[in-house]
Amino acid sequence: MGSDPFIAGPGQARTKGSDPKVALAWAREHLFSSWGNTAVTLMIVYLLWKLMLPFLDWALVKAVWWSPDGKACRVEDSGACWALIADKHRFMLFGTYPFDAQWRPALASLIFVALYVVSAIRACWRPWLALVWLGGLAAIGVLMWGGVFGMVYVENERWGGLALTLLLATFGIAIAFPLSILLALARRSTMPVIRWLAIGYIELIRGVPLISLLFMASVMLPLFLPEGVTIDKLLRAQIAMILFAAAYLAEVVRGGLQAIPRGQYEAAQALGLSYWKMMGFIILPQALRISIPPLVNTFIGFFKDTSLVLIIGLFDLLTTVKVSLTEPKWTGFGVEAYIFASAVYFIFCFAMSRYSQALEASLGAAQSRGTNGAGKGVA
Amino acid sequence: MIELSRVNKWYGDFHVLKDVDIKVGKGEKVVVCGPSGSGKSTMIRLINRLETHQSGRIVVDGIELSDDLKSVDAIRREVGMVFQSFNLFPHLTVMENLTLAPIWVRKMPKRAAEEHAQHFLERVKIPEQADKYPGQLSGGQQQRVAIARALCMRPKVMLFDEPTSALDPEMIKEVLDVMIELAHEGMTMVCVTHEMGFAKTVADRVVFMDQGEIVEAAAPHEFFEAPKTDRAKLFLSQILGH
Repeated sequence: MGSDPFIAGPGQARTKGSDPKVALAWAREHLFSSWGNTAVTLMIVYLLWKLMLPFLDWALVKAVWWSPDGKACRVEDSGACWALIADKHRFMLFGTYPFDAQWRPALASLIFVALYVVSAIRACWRPWLALVWLGGLAAIGVLMWGGVFGMVYVENERWGGLALTLLLATFGIAIAFPLSILLALARRSTMPVIRWLAIGYIELIRGVPLISLLFMASVMLPLFLPEGVTIDKLLRAQIAMILFAAAYLAEVVRGGLQAIPRGQYEAAQALGLSYWKMMGFIILPQALRISIPPLVNTFIGFFKDTSLVLIIGLFDLLTTVKVSLTEPKWTGFGVEAYIFASAVYFIFCFAMSRYSQALEASLGAAQSRGTNGAGKGVA
Repeated sequence: MIELSRVNKWYGDFHVLKDVDIKVGKGEKVVVCGPSGSGKSTMIRLINRLETHQSGRIVVDGIELSDDLKSVDAIRREVGMVFQSFNLFPHLTVMENLTLAPIWVRKMPKRAAEEHAQHFLERVKIPEQADKYPGQLSGGQQQRVAIARALCMRPKVMLFDEPTSALDPEMIKEVLDVMIELAHEGMTMVCVTHEMGFAKTVADRVVFMDQGEIVEAAAPHEFFEAPKTDRAKLFLSQILGH
């Protein structure tokens, strides 16, 4: 009996290619089961061959790996110019941060990654995790600004590259996410004023492109501030991004909240739980769990949206890559540069995606069976 | 213990409850029955304010229900409720389902709450299921957990809203047995159900509702053997006739 290929069952075993006999049987069943299937399989193999071979030739075989002056890349029939990355990777990753002090943003980026990893482990979901984050962020702040422990002071105008991207994304998500939960709850509130405020905010922000929000934050906002008061450009951009992300995330969270049956609210109320305890213990844990796929989708989109800060003159990863290409010896090697930037973005986004899948699986494993009779409704 | 006097409720233009008067004394067991749409579920849900009434008075354990949140919280602590669809919390284990409210509402220490919960799991005869999730239990077991969850709050009154209607026939008895035992221990109970055998066994009074009104209220043997109204006769013939 063939299973429906479009419905993935939880118990569907993946065919592992370790045993050649199994692999052969698998290939016969899935790739060569009929003349039509065989023809399609062969066609795809042929196309991959025609496309992949020239790419591998360009990217690996004929590639130029090392050429500080870039001349080797200009030679006729040379492949990818990875020498550009070798030469400019520090500028791409750290922007205009003082060259000798670039170990500081490097270390800061590592601390970010370490914080992500620790937060991903469920056994670490304890109150002390908040302290770890506070400590980590403080260390990142000290490293980036300096001015203490013999480190020279670096104003944040000079921050850039990957460290800036991680900074914008991390603070953006870390602040926007709790905010979005409050917004989603407010939008479902029974108190009209609170509900209208939330609806107004969400619809206003969602109706505007992020670029225009960033423009407003960087160009218009200073006009409204009283004389003598200035808010740092980076902070303004960060606030604009938080406000933007919160509106989108709020709608995702609201979707999750709407999927929780009314009986769950009633059972919590009947036990005497207050509104916040009911939300915190009963409703939100379930709502956020079913929202994991769209939440992570929004996180990933937001991570990449941080690259829009280039329009207000902040040097995030994509901007530094772009600027690298303006140097005369490297002009024209945009493909290589953007492949590099894509690879960096991909690593982070793919990690988020895989993690969300693993999290869904582990959260759902214990209680995958049965739906608690929730679908039966109230008589 | 519970007193409803001249309670009225409308859903829009629809008059769900019409001048409902009912008194339930301490330790009394009242079974509410009637055709679907007669307002019996709505009435029972008024008692712990899952629904609100528009006129009349509801007094539970000496506290009058009003818009004052304090009085609602106070009453909900004293009134346990069991739903037709169980409404266990699917993301928590059975033990967590049972101890959440005692810990966070009654402020019991965790250890004490767990011992307490284990005691009630034994009373509903599933002590071995404490670490499972609701989705891993049968419907009858889930409903017994729901009863234990309500009992863990040490309520003075238990409300049952068609507790066996969502169950497969072979599981109804195990839930009813638990309820009968509870009744024999002297719990004050208001139970919406069509289980007439249960009503005969434990009820002090049977209340028959139709179209938002209390049509008859009598001791079970009177109600079943000599119903006074035609509506009650019709209803009884329908549910006992086959």
